[in-house]
Amino acid sequence: MTPQLTTLDRVQASLGRRRRKERLLRASGLLAILFAFAMLGALFLSLISTGHSAFVQTHATLEVYVDPDEIREDRLPRGGFDEVLVAALGRALDGVALDERSTRRRVGAILSNGAQFQLRDRVAADPSLIGQTITLTVPVSDPYDQLNKGAIDPDTPEANRRLDDDQIAMFTQLQAAGLISTPLNWGLLVNADSRFPELAGLKGALIGSAWALIVCFLISFPLGIGAAIYLEELAPRNRFSTLIEVNINNLAAVPSVVYGLLALSVFIGWFGLPRSAPLVGGMTLALMTMPTIIIATRAALKAVPASIREAALGLGASRQQVVFGHVLPLAMPGILTGTIIGLAQALGETAPLLLIGMNAFITSAPDGPLSSATALPTQIFIWADSPERGFASRTSAAILVLLGFLITMNAVAVFLRNKLERKW
Amino acid sequence: MTLLPFVLLLVGAMLAYAVNHRAAASLRSGGARLHSSPQYHGLFAALTVLTSALLLALVWLALDDVIIDHLIRRSLPPPDGDAASAGAMDLVMAEIHSLARGQTFGTPEPWKQKAADRLTAFRTGSAVALLVSLTCLSIGVLTLRRRRFTPELRARQGSERLTHAVMFACCAVALLTTAGIVAALLFETAKFLQKVPLSEFLFGLNWEPQIPIREDQVAASGAFGWTPVLVGTLVVTVVALVVAVPTGLFAAIYLNEFAHRRFKRVAKPVLEVLAGVPTVVYGFFAILVISPAMRRLGDALGLDVAPNSALAAGLVMGVMLIPFITSFADDALSAVPQALRDGALALGSTRAETMLKVLFPAALPGIVGGVLLAVSRAIGETMIVVMAAGLIARLTLNPLDSVTTVTVQIVTLLIGDTAFDNPKTLAAFALGTMLFLVTLMINILAIRVVQKYRETYD
Amino acid sequence: MLDSMAPAPDMRATAAPRAPKIDARGVNVHYGETQALHDVSIAIPDRSVTAFIGPSGCGKSTFLRCFNRMNDTIPSCRVSGGITLEGEDIFDPRIDPVQLRARVGMVFQKPNPFSKSIFDNVAYGPRIHGLAQGRDELADIVETALRKAALWDEVKDRLTAPGTGLSGGQQQRLCIARAIATRPEVLLMDEPCSALDPIATAQIEELIAELSSRFSIVIVTHSMQQAARVSHRTAFFHLGHMVELGDTDAVFTNPRDPRTEAYITGRIG
Repeated sequence: MTPQLTTLDRVQASLGRRRRKERLLRASGLLAILFAFAMLGALFLSLISTGHSAFVQTHATLEVYVDPDEIREDRLPRGGFDEVLVAALGRALDGVALDERSTRRRVGAILSNGAQFQLRDRVAADPSLIGQTITLTVPVSDPYDQLNKGAIDPDTPEANRRLDDDQIAMFTQLQAAGLISTPLNWGLLVNADSRFPELAGLKGALIGSAWALIVCFLISFPLGIGAAIYLEELAPRNRFSTLIEVNINNLAAVPSVVYGLLALSVFIGWFGLPRSAPLVGGMTLALMTMPTIIIATRAALKAVPASIREAALGLGASRQQVVFGHVLPLAMPGILTGTIIGLAQALGETAPLLLIGMNAFITSAPDGPLSSATALPTQIFIWADSPERGFASRTSAAILVLLGFLITMNAVAVFLRNKLERKW
Repeated sequence: MTLLPFVLLLVGAMLAYAVNHRAAASLRSGGARLHSSPQYHGLFAALTVLTSALLLALVWLALDDVIIDHLIRRSLPPPDGDAASAGAMDLVMAEIHSLARGQTFGTPEPWKQKAADRLTAFRTGSAVALLVSLTCLSIGVLTLRRRRFTPELRARQGSERLTHAVMFACCAVALLTTAGIVAALLFETAKFLQKVPLSEFLFGLNWEPQIPIREDQVAASGAFGWTPVLVGTLVVTVVALVVAVPTGLFAAIYLNEFAHRRFKRVAKPVLEVLAGVPTVVYGFFAILVISPAMRRLGDALGLDVAPNSALAAGLVMGVMLIPFITSFADDALSAVPQALRDGALALGSTRAETMLKVLFPAALPGIVGGVLLAVSRAIGETMIVVMAAGLIARLTLNPLDSVTTVTVQIVTLLIGDTAFDNPKTLAAFALGTMLFLVTLMINILAIRVVQKYRETYD
Repeated sequence: MLDSMAPAPDMRATAAPRAPKIDARGVNVHYGETQALHDVSIAIPDRSVTAFIGPSGCGKSTFLRCFNRMNDTIPSCRVSGGITLEGEDIFDPRIDPVQLRARVGMVFQKPNPFSKSIFDNVAYGPRIHGLAQGRDELADIVETALRKAALWDEVKDRLTAPGTGLSGGQQQRLCIARAIATRPEVLLMDEPCSALDPIATAQIEELIAELSSRFSIVIVTHSMQQAARVSHRTAFFHLGHMVELGDTDAVFTNPRDPRTEAYITGRIG
């Protein structure tokens, strides 16, 4: 038997086993990716299925007689606005006697706590409405909102649900009268936070996040580019620049909560900056974003071919003229891409903001970088911690808003990378 | 109001540019030979004004609150008796601050109202003084620059020296950040160690910081032993890595060797989405979906799963780490030279053999570096465990039980009041120090390994 | 012993006419839209050295990579035409490329030892194909291969040292040992000396002469001197066409095609 034949036979004999192994590896790999995809799918599905209902809000439309006995012009903005609303509801509901206080309270609880303030603001703005009947559309309270959205099932035993049979009957009567509507919930974006889920919105968090991001950008962008140019173009190669490099790589991997400790101790403790302020949040995020921007900028500077530098240097330009006149403009798309990605990361960062107190309960939007505020991710954290059912769907909705911003930012970054970046 | 000084110094810089640029340009049009072109004369002047004024503004803004605070404290009537701690003083100061903001609760004592008025006056005074001194400084520097202006002035070199210095300062910020982290952590930890001995902290088996502690009880009670917190962190980290490392590596192998190009083009961005999801979202996902699912699964199997089990938190953290490990491993595998792949295939390897016996071992150092960075991330990850893991420190290795982690304790100890003399608060900084040290060591090791690996194939 | 180290007879004398080992007919290769090889036919005889020469980019390496279907690993590459090995069509769907590559070994331009020990490098092929029944047989195979590659004496004391630590010439001989450890029938060599110094080159050329008594060897080279020194037959490629094929002596002394003449006299490069 020649050795060649033996080789051939033995290879032949091993083939089946080896091909099976290959299929196994391939299947494991595919399975791993599908697991990751399934988790992503589960994440989005669960967010959408719990969050979509928060994008609409159940409202009741009432004919309200602004009773001069309850609301007197000389006492504005005080007055019995809730009594007026209860009376309006009573007219819409047949067979509900409003004599008893407890009944009045039960009827009044159909509407959101914010309804009376809505009425108050309208009357205060135009006192001539006193004595007239006006049409008013106001949000209903959380349990009725849940009932209308199907989250409370009337078929479950009465003891196990938040609304009893009478309450459901009242609401069904309003529905039958065509007074209930479910418009888009603009309140989610234009209201500030509230104890009541049906009134709570993201306005404060959006403005707080915007301030923090602006501060973060104003600090980290120039500092990051400056440091990157120094390291990449100007610094002598010595032990000091190696130290800075290792330091920057390490800063990029320091846990975010440690930055929170730094901010708490230095910015708030030593410098005496106010707690919960977007300014402090932005400064903290800037320190975290800086390494990202430095690394991205250095990569973009490195990608500019040496020939361009040499050509400019050969024409007698100084080192800095080359950098600012030629290299930096060419590297700008890459730098911007890295910056946007860094800012997107900063927008989703939560832990350091918790430590500097940006999880305060604040019912008005901040009016500047120094006033107390929340940010989008900390608002999500607050709502996720709240027991009311309405907050569960609002948390998901807030997450969807946050993810919407992140996806938009990343899409812009990808667009910049594809359209503007030149391949050398 | 805070922005005004910055607007002022921008105006000053532009003015300086205009003045010197015009002076230089008019000289040149008069026929004189200049060393540098007019815009460099302008730039040099602008940069000198800008840097000096910016320096003044930053130092001023950093210090004025501290100084004013100090002045107000000194002016307050001495607190009744020496027993009143710094905490009581802080409370009074907080009240004065909110009075100054115009928030009144009840009727304040007249001396507090007076202090608040003084605070407001100081602040206004400080702001005005800053604006005045900025203006003076700008004008002074500008006049100096204008007077020093000669045709021979090497304005380009001057402005480049300044730019160089400014960019060096940018680098220094990165160093200062690290220095700030180390200083802040060590400072507060030293204060903590005055109240709790180091051996107690490192080797104690009980962590019960939430219990109110009398002054004389602190050291004796032994409620600040971090062992159970450390063990909890390790349990969650191990669960996360058990999920993430095999999944991430198999996914990378598939993408690198088997996937069609079209599949890869879709799969990589999708994995990037998974990597871009903020951790607070993962935390919510854990409490909304995974924890209940784990409990139901446990019930079905007859196991007792805690509502905030280490398993659920670790699983979600593992999902978060998958794309991180995948992209690291994919990059490391792609960095292996094509020649090795060709060599293995030409010997008659199947693709699986090429991958497992040649490419993977060759890429191993890079992959190990990535896994190390993932470990450091898992240890330092905060929001997922804050939302999905427990608060009570329990010394257990059972992943079905509820455990707490270092990061959870840091956050829960610091949410709410933060008086800096409270052992509770200081304990958070001590934990932070440990967290920083551990992750620092892992990071530096990982960065070293990865750099070495890159050098072998460059 | 398989490796009876008999001195190689004068190689030109052994080039007796036999049935071809490899027979290629009308081979075309496309990379995407561009055609790299036009209708090439050649018969490679057994136990002899065939050299492919030509200027760079002429398609000679591409053609070489058809014989063990390495072009399969390049997604945009399409091969048409027929190639048979011992009368079997190598593009037949029933032929597993793994098996084909066990029969047709390959040595690359740049030495590419795996990041493993010297022993494991050579044992790699026998291990994956299951050629050895036990540890001793495996050690035998490795020793034989290293001896045939004229590397044994230099590395026998450090078989566990990493293969990447050897010198360039040693690395290339290690790669040759690795390729012949699976006892292939054909050995393809893609410019095996282009990354080596003259002394290492001479060693490899000597090795080729010895191996040609057992294998059919196809060598791609950009050096005409090398082709003249080691090969029995020479094929000249130009712009994707095989312009000339014949006994090495004839091609170099009396080329029929003007392009061949231009190339060997240094006018095309």
